[in-house]
Amino acid sequence: MTSERKESTYRVTKMISEERKVRILVAKPGLDGHDRGAKVIARAFRDAGFEVIYTGLRQTPEMIVGAAIQEDVDAIGLSCLSGAHMYLFPRIVELLRERGADDVLVFGGGTIPDEDIPKLREAGIAEIFTPGTRTSVAIDFVRNRVRRDQTK
Amino acid sequence: MPFDENEEKRIERAEETWEEQTLRPALEKLPERTREFNTVSWHPIRRLYTPRDLSDFEYTRELGFPGLYPFTRGVYPTMYRGKIWTMRMFAGHGTPEETNQRFRYLLEQGQTGLSVAFDLPTLMGYDSDHPMSRGEVGKCGVAIDSLADMEILFDRIPLGDVTTSMTINSPAAVLWAMYLVVCEKQGVPYDRIGGTIQNDILKEFIAQKEYIFPLDPSMRLVVDTLLFGARYLPRWNPVSISGYHIREAGSTAIQELAFTLADGMAYVEATMKAGLAVDSFAPRLSFFFNVHNDFFEEIAKFRAARRLWARLMRERYGASDPRSWLLRTHAQTAGCALTAQQPYNNVVRVAIQALAAVLGGAQSVHTNALDETLALPSEAAATIALRTQQIIAHETGITHTIDPAGGSYFVETLTNEIEEAAWTYLQKIDDLGGMVQAVEKSFPQQEIADASYRYQQAVETGEKVVVGVNRFVAETEEPISLLQIDPDKAAQRQMEKFQKLKKRRDHDRVEQTLDALRKAAQGKDPWDRDLLMPKILDAVRAYATLGEIMGVFREAWGEYIEPAII
Repeated sequence: MTSERKESTYRVTKMISEERKVRILVAKPGLDGHDRGAKVIARAFRDAGFEVIYTGLRQTPEMIVGAAIQEDVDAIGLSCLSGAHMYLFPRIVELLRERGADDVLVFGGGTIPDEDIPKLREAGIAEIFTPGTRTSVAIDFVRNRVRRDQTK
Repeated sequence: MPFDENEEKRIERAEETWEEQTLRPALEKLPERTREFNTVSWHPIRRLYTPRDLSDFEYTRELGFPGLYPFTRGVYPTMYRGKIWTMRMFAGHGTPEETNQRFRYLLEQGQTGLSVAFDLPTLMGYDSDHPMSRGEVGKCGVAIDSLADMEILFDRIPLGDVTTSMTINSPAAVLWAMYLVVCEKQGVPYDRIGGTIQNDILKEFIAQKEYIFPLDPSMRLVVDTLLFGARYLPRWNPVSISGYHIREAGSTAIQELAFTLADGMAYVEATMKAGLAVDSFAPRLSFFFNVHNDFFEEIAKFRAARRLWARLMRERYGASDPRSWLLRTHAQTAGCALTAQQPYNNVVRVAIQALAAVLGGAQSVHTNALDETLALPSEAAATIALRTQQIIAHETGITHTIDPAGGSYFVETLTNEIEEAAWTYLQKIDDLGGMVQAVEKSFPQQEIADASYRYQQAVETGEKVVVGVNRFVAETEEPISLLQIDPDKAAQRQMEKFQKLKKRRDHDRVEQTLDALRKAAQGKDPWDRDLLMPKILDAVRAYATLGEIMGVFREAWGEYIEPAII
């Protein structure tokens, strides 16, 4: 190994270890109270070393975006099982843009038909995780995307 | 089973010989697949059950006979030989007009009872035009804003002949009042009206989270309906004490059973405290359990539930009417056990779960549709789900005899163990001061969150197998066709009707009835007041909206905000 490469490996290692914890907001938009998924995701992210803020239930898009900005989070995970995702998820992205916080990564999950997924992606939701997704898949996704954005 | 000493010794010797001469060589040749076997809820299961597991088992004490205390073998003397369970499929979406069509279709297909799914604004006591309702109107159920919508929902359905179950909790009293007024208009007398409102607010705080008011006024509303029902509606079940949602939130089978019974005990105690004798309302209490994949655990859970409830009602609450001891229950197959992957596999899961519900002795059953992890069920998927019940009822022969699983060494042992484990939880809840206090301390909530996380981790490590998800995964899958709901049509139509209604109705009468309700709702001591139900009925008759009526309560009682625990 040349000294140059050693140096760069060292720098990367250092960067990772000194990196501030990735902050994530787990949110339940709308009236749906089914919080099993949101809680499992929140706990899995916490166990994976993230700093997790859980909003609790029945949050309007405005409340979620307000909390995301106030808490300076890197990502928002949305969970909705009521079928209202087509209104709620895009509205959150829209509000983030309006408030200049469109660097926040937004992803979601819940009872969401496949055919809605392309439309949600188009609206700026980075990824939709449907039932049966391993929590590690969501965690890896957020970790990679947030790190990539930070090193941009 | 008690047997003479000689017989016991004979079995013991035979078992030792079997272990030594037959089992051991077999294990040496082929070890078992895993060291520990357990249920989906981590209840340990042994290799074999024999009469020795039931050595102090007394038939008459533990089982008895169908229709007799402690009802382990069933609540009715003839069970399905007399009458097949009620096939009650939960349905509702969009506008009342659309749901009315689905109801009439289901009745034509041979369904024997109705079950209404309401949309989230209705469940949360908001009208369709409330800002919180945006995006939710008609989505996961039917939108009901006022009596006018309820009249459409049951148009051309004779309410004296069908029974209706309504899945509604915090606003249950209001939706019930709307239903009763539709019955009045159809000319059906109160003593002929049969059905159920879910109205189980404690499990909302514990699991499904569709609470609105703080615990105390929430309990007041439940007790109010129990008092009103006991007085005027002898065929109505004013509360359906529900474990379903507790299980869906991730509990184990034993937690589901224990927390549900503890909720029931809280309603019994509160209603007795309000001055009603236990036997005047307990016969109308009904239950609603989940039925999950673990076949024998589920059968045993239903059997243990009946025995526990009978013992609690008779011994703890001193009920003397045998009808007060009965745990009559609806069962729904587990939505959380279905998979979005390879959705046709869900038909098989549902069939096995429904079979367990029937072997468990349920009084009515809802079978989930194969596409429910993706959307509301399509008509085709809902029909297969109904047919599944009809096949079990008419082709399998398991309805010919009562409690066919009874007497199995395994099933009886498991029933005993589940009963015992549930008792331990009930004692813990007693120590916390009862279920209302336990909920305030987040005890059941935390237990469920822990169990749910443990299960998720077990699926991710592969310890628990879910076919199509972590084993036997398909590379590619054909999409299935789902029910299409025009996203904004329901909201728009509800809004138009709503505006018209507001112009049409007698404004003064609305205000007067709401004022009377406001006065009744206020006051420091929630128990020392007139019944709210008659005043809710008056407001409903005046076409006050759900949001207006619930708004009166929101103003008087405030709203509950839960401590968010993860």
